[in-house]
Amino acid sequence: MKGILKIAYKLLVNDKGKFAALLVGITFAVFLMVMMTSMFAGILHRASATVVNIGAKVWVMDPAVNTPANSIPMPDYVLDAVRSINGVKYAVPLYSGAGLAKLQNGVYQAVTVIGLDDATLFGRPDLLQGNIEDIYAENSFIVVRDSEYPKLGKPQLGTEFEINDHKGVIVGIAQVSVGSLFGTPTLYTTYNRAIQYIPSMRFTISYIIVEPKSITAVPYIKQQIRSLGYEALTKDEFIRKISTYYKYQTGLGMNVLLMTIISFIVGLSISGQTFYTFILENLEKFGALKAIGAKGSELIYMILFQATFTALTGYGMGIGLAAVIITLAKLRLPSYAAMITFTNLGFAFVMVLIIAAISSYIGVRKVIRIEPFDIFRG
Amino acid sequence: MANLAVKANKLVKWFGEGEAKTYAVRDVSFEACFGEMLYIEGPSGSGKTTLLSIISGILRPNSGTVIVDDEDIWSLTGDQIADFRLNKVGFVFQDYHLFPKLTTVENAAIPLILKKVDWNESLDIAMKYLEIVGIKDRAQLPPVKLSGGEQQRVAIARAIASSPDILIFDEPTASLDGETGRRIVEFVKKEILNEKRCIIIVTHDSRIFEYADRIMKMADGRITGITKGGVCEE
Ligand SMILES: Nc1ncnc2c1ncn2[C@@H]1O[C@H](COP(=O)(O)OP(=O)(O)OP(=O)(O)O)[C@@H](O)[C@H]1O
Ligand SMILES: [Mg+2]
Repeated sequence: MKGILKIAYKLLVNDKGKFAALLVGITFAVFLMVMMTSMFAGILHRASATVVNIGAKVWVMDPAVNTPANSIPMPDYVLDAVRSINGVKYAVPLYSGAGLAKLQNGVYQAVTVIGLDDATLFGRPDLLQGNIEDIYAENSFIVVRDSEYPKLGKPQLGTEFEINDHKGVIVGIAQVSVGSLFGTPTLYTTYNRAIQYIPSMRFTISYIIVEPKSITAVPYIKQQIRSLGYEALTKDEFIRKISTYYKYQTGLGMNVLLMTIISFIVGLSISGQTFYTFILENLEKFGALKAIGAKGSELIYMILFQATFTALTGYGMGIGLAAVIITLAKLRLPSYAAMITFTNLGFAFVMVLIIAAISSYIGVRKVIRIEPFDIFRG
Repeated sequence: MANLAVKANKLVKWFGEGEAKTYAVRDVSFEACFGEMLYIEGPSGSGKTTLLSIISGILRPNSGTVIVDDEDIWSLTGDQIADFRLNKVGFVFQDYHLFPKLTTVENAAIPLILKKVDWNESLDIAMKYLEIVGIKDRAQLPPVKLSGGEQQRVAIARAIASSPDILIFDEPTASLDGETGRRIVEFVKKEILNEKRCIIIVTHDSRIFEYADRIMKMADGRITGITKGGVCEE
């Protein structure tokens, strides 16, 4: 068996022109598929940045909320009601909204403002510089050092600015695990300062974040909150809801899906076509092998091997290319939101196997049908 | 009959159906023996290639039997016939059918590789046969770099590499010049033919008739007579 596969390998690889064309087709398809799905994965990941960074186990919100950026304010009584639910260890309000900062050089910059509960500072970020207590001082803000940080002119401790016509001063520089999607820098402050500085509606609570007494209490808490007319989601559920929203309700998912299908079809047609030509050109050789004494099954193995080998090589090259391009893009564009996940790789792998399967199916059908006697007919 | 290599009995083969039905082989019976070089000679379209294909397990006849080693090869399963072709028969095709993407020695090693002999060992054995046919120094070249006569020798080396009992040549000299053709057939007779081997050659090249032990004439799908030698010796 090893021997005939080696023959198959040589027939394939020594046919340099065809082999190159096959590889280009598959590499290109894998590259496009991985790029598209990686960008999508990156976007989904970033879209949940607030949820991941705050880290609360349970989130209470209006049922109509789809993404953390568009919260729907809730009245204060909900907070009291949540606090009185059996199984809730504590529950605190969280503000999340958009403000407009004016830098010292007069430039305006949109920012995301997160207001942490004054009493507990639940959800506070890790500070790289400064002291978390300083957040209580007058006009204090903590800036997140992420890829958007330079848009605020790389502020240092003590840097002053204006936010929605109020004074602001940086008292801390923080880091978070996930950068934001929307290209705006993030400022943390206290809940009360946030609702005071940023114009808001009558209701001010964006989210209520809950620490349950134990994980077993979560279903009961969710049920109680539902009876209040609100929705409680665990962190993972919230992230899933956000993903679902971007996938199915924004057109983004559909576009990515379309592009992926197109890449797949392009890759399939280039590779399938080339492989078919390759088989046709070698048909006589396969016939000769049969005449010499190769069994039909051995010829099938040869073709499967050729198709699989090409597919896997192209797969590796496509992923390599995508990784290089994403790395380069991130060097130039720090906020570039692409992320190669195992799901993407697995998905592209399955697609490549389908390409290989279809190509070899066509080849096998041809080769099975040849009669060794046909080689005498030119 | 220990000496009998192939016994063909009442072979019939036609192509097409209805109006287009043409008989390529009509009721052909003959015997070929070990140690002999048997020619089949006849005009173009007389059914020679068809007959060779039937006795070598390549083309199934419509009726009749081919007995090799006391076995009717056309009663075997597809895989068994493939094994028969691989182990018992060496076929030198008229236009060689060498693989341009493999080296000469790899081409010659194909039957051994198909017999699952280890790759390097196959190449070693193939190399010996290239030496026998006198083109060892061309071993690492692709066959397209070789002359017609040299390619013919590669095809012969490939056909004998697995030491088949029955060696079949279809028009071995058709695409060679007279002198090269003669030399190759002479070489085959002297070096390849032996007591345990039967060589059947299809040709209408009278310049090589002198090397035949027997010549069978074929016309219009029938064996019309034996023009040299008699019957198979027992
Ligand atoms: N696959 C086929 N389909 C239809 N007719 C065929 C087929 N193969 C052979 N024939 C016919 O069978 C007859 C015998 O053909 P064959 O090739 O055996 O002749 P041949 O003696 O080898 O001729 P040549 O000397 O030209 O090689 C011819 O009439 C040919 O047209
Ligand atoms: Mg012929």
